[in-house]
Amino acid sequence: MDVLYFAWVRERIGQPKERIETTATTVAELVQELRAREDRYAAAFADLSALRVAVDQDLTDFDASITGAREVAFFPPMTGG
Amino acid sequence: MRVVVQQEPFDYGAEAAGFADGRHDMGAVVTFTGVVRDVAGGLSTMEIEHYPGMTERALEKIAQEAVDRWSLGDVLVIHRFGPMGPGEKIMMVATAARHRKDAFEAAEYLMDYLKSRAPFWKKEHAGGDASWVAARDEDEDALTRW
Repeated sequence: MDVLYFAWVRERIGQPKERIETTATTVAELVQELRAREDRYAAAFADLSALRVAVDQDLTDFDASITGAREVAFFPPMTGG
Repeated sequence: MRVVVQQEPFDYGAEAAGFADGRHDMGAVVTFTGVVRDVAGGLSTMEIEHYPGMTERALEKIAQEAVDRWSLGDVLVIHRFGPMGPGEKIMMVATAARHRKDAFEAAEYLMDYLKSRAPFWKKEHAGGDASWVAARDEDEDALTRW
């Protein structure tokens, strides 16, 4: 699946998008996998309360299923308007 | 209902004048415009990042919820992304209704949801420094009134 990062999450991880092969079934499991990869991921995902997640472009929470998902995105709380 | 996400500036005057024009059953039109604000002085650029695809979907969903909830003749949402300078218009919403209460309330609802449920992120550039604008608790709290 594609994993996308926006705003300071993108800057901290150092890329906007990457393709990931994973056996994770929930967002939380995917986060655990990413955290274990490298320090930059651990830093970006240190405080989940500072992050929001969308699965296939729908805002959801960290318990959400990602089975069959095409796209998971992580970003800080939104500041539009 | 029209939702537009674009980088280039929009013509506020033309958009406001054309909105619900000729709808003789609409007695009230409310417009709101968000402008790049230089809070501390020294802001050179406000950069807005968005999530292509999801941003449009989220705005359309919010606009549809407003249409379902209030008696509206039309809704317009325009939101820009990319770099812009102080004083530039970032976005606008417009609502048309038979009566002003629906138009005002729906415009406020659109703004409240758009601020914290549409994927946009603001970054301020000032004097060589750049910082992401933090979301405010008040903006999240504002949703509870709906």
